[in-house]
Amino acid sequence: MDYLLTEEQRLLRDLARQVTQERIKPVRAVLDEEERFPWDIIRDLAQADLCGTIIPEAYGGLGLGCLENVLVLEALAEGCVGVATTYAASFLGAYPLLLYGSEAQKQKYLPPLAKGEVLAAFALTEAQAGSDAGAIQATAVKDGDHYVLNGTKQWITNAGEAEIYVVIALTDKAKGARGASAFIVEKGDPGVSFGKAEKKMGIRASVTREVVLADVRIPQDRLLGREGLGFIITMRTLDHARPGAGALAVGLAQAALDEAALFAKERHQFGQPIIAFQAVQHMLADMATRLEAARALVYAVARYIDSGAKDFTKEAAMAKLFPTDMAMQVTVDAVQVMGGHGYMREYPVEKMMRDAKILQIYEGTNQIMRNIIGLALNKEYSRKK
Amino acid sequence: MNIIVCIKQVPETQDVRLDPQTFTIRREGVRSIINPFDLYALEEGLRVKDARGGTVTLISMGPPQAEEALREALGYGGDKAVLISDQAFAGADTWATALTLAKAIEKLGGADLVFTGKQAIDGDTAQVGPMLATILGFPYVAWARKLTFTAERTLEVERLLDHGYDAVAVELPAVISVVKEINEPRVPSFKAKLKAKKEAIPVWGLNDLGLPAEKVGLKGSFTQVVKVFPPPPRGESQIWEGPALELAARVWARLKELGRR
Repeated sequence: MDYLLTEEQRLLRDLARQVTQERIKPVRAVLDEEERFPWDIIRDLAQADLCGTIIPEAYGGLGLGCLENVLVLEALAEGCVGVATTYAASFLGAYPLLLYGSEAQKQKYLPPLAKGEVLAAFALTEAQAGSDAGAIQATAVKDGDHYVLNGTKQWITNAGEAEIYVVIALTDKAKGARGASAFIVEKGDPGVSFGKAEKKMGIRASVTREVVLADVRIPQDRLLGREGLGFIITMRTLDHARPGAGALAVGLAQAALDEAALFAKERHQFGQPIIAFQAVQHMLADMATRLEAARALVYAVARYIDSGAKDFTKEAAMAKLFPTDMAMQVTVDAVQVMGGHGYMREYPVEKMMRDAKILQIYEGTNQIMRNIIGLALNKEYSRKK
Repeated sequence: MNIIVCIKQVPETQDVRLDPQTFTIRREGVRSIINPFDLYALEEGLRVKDARGGTVTLISMGPPQAEEALREALGYGGDKAVLISDQAFAGADTWATALTLAKAIEKLGGADLVFTGKQAIDGDTAQVGPMLATILGFPYVAWARKLTFTAERTLEVERLLDHGYDAVAVELPAVISVVKEINEPRVPSFKAKLKAKKEAIPVWGLNDLGLPAEKVGLKGSFTQVVKVFPPPPRGESQIWEGPALELAARVWARLKELGRR
């Protein structure tokens, strides 16, 4: 398929593919096996200028848009979704700064992120607040010209490795979700600590830990936007990030299809390559078709966002929902096409299948995506009545 | 510090096909790449520049399409590039090539350090480096696996040998060929690649270099290729690429399958 990418977009994608080919694929099995954080690859991505794709040039980035971001994410996910998640999660931490940061906050925090010297993380989830983000209990209490933060954030990607954390905490408990605010917390702030590294099914090159805030006293200029904006900042951040999750799914599914199709050409049974059998062909055909539909959707939504769309919550949810469900199915089928070989850890597809599952869960479960889309439809059709 | 890195565009070796009449390489439909050893030479040049300042200039002699290799190399870094290309240079052997490159380096204002890969993977002669040093009157150090500046213009070079290494001291200017053990080349960068796309790469021919026609190309060559032939095929073969772990599993699975037939 030709998606009419510009020369610059193709150059960017090919560069990301080169990093995948030369730096990610050769080590992905070891990173997965040993649950090792991919700092070397982050350095390579920094050298390639890929840590600053969406950060404006004024802050040392490339100043590119959502489409460029998804092209890079897709290319990296062809190698390893664990590595790509680490990379993407840093942007999840950067979006609140990009969207709501003051000039001073941007000047302080964005340049080291753009250069890839440091990583960022986004800390929303808590033990009792997952899909129900309004149930968070972390607090931020104003004390003179400081805030004092307390609480425990759970399952935070890049925790312990990132230097910059955007933390959502309640500044006004009585107001519920409208009482939440977003703060910039630094790794070195006194009172910040991290829980043990969680043992995960997949994306094991990425790290997931608790962020524990115990009387973390930060100056008031670490508040993002103003008090009470926490949930709006969260929702806008996720709107921007969700096509990226879709792009990870597209890259992952492409890699799984490539493995399955090449295997099916080599594997002989009953005297012929198994790709000659209609049963296998039909599986591959469905995989390829769904994959292409998902890619087209992700690119279309990314272009819509880049066109300056104001409200794209529904579209962003669609660009996360469909591709990630697709990737789950495609990776399961890739294992099936490869049979016993696919199930063995010597081949990469079992890892792809394990990695795919998280895409249906993180950055809003796919059930929540359907809620968002359904809610939007309800609103749209109320207006049309 | 004037650093020059010699880059050669070569066909990806597994694709090489020869014309049975002319003994030249058939380039149609064959992917061209930067000679892999040259990427290590480039990385070392960039590291010396990063540490000690100066400029890195890339030069390549070849047909017009060798410009692609220079642009790709500029994507890794480097300040400028020059392509040495002229119909008159065609058919040059290693001596005529070295003489032409030496002239180009003189035209660039000379050099403090010239880096080359230890050899090119197409011809595999490893002769152009030492000949270039001879013509320039520079010392030549082959198979460098480590460089250390011990004074402003003195380098200690560890040379990789079959069994271990030796260390030599060399005064600049010098020509140094590098082995893969010397470094790990960086990945290209987006900004450098964008710049490389737009970079004007001058092409220098016979007249620019002021060389007599009989000293270059086929006429200036002491050697001539009388015969080239591919070794007879050794049965069916397949080439698989990928990470070692995955390949090992595939090899094992394939062997088991072959055993069952």
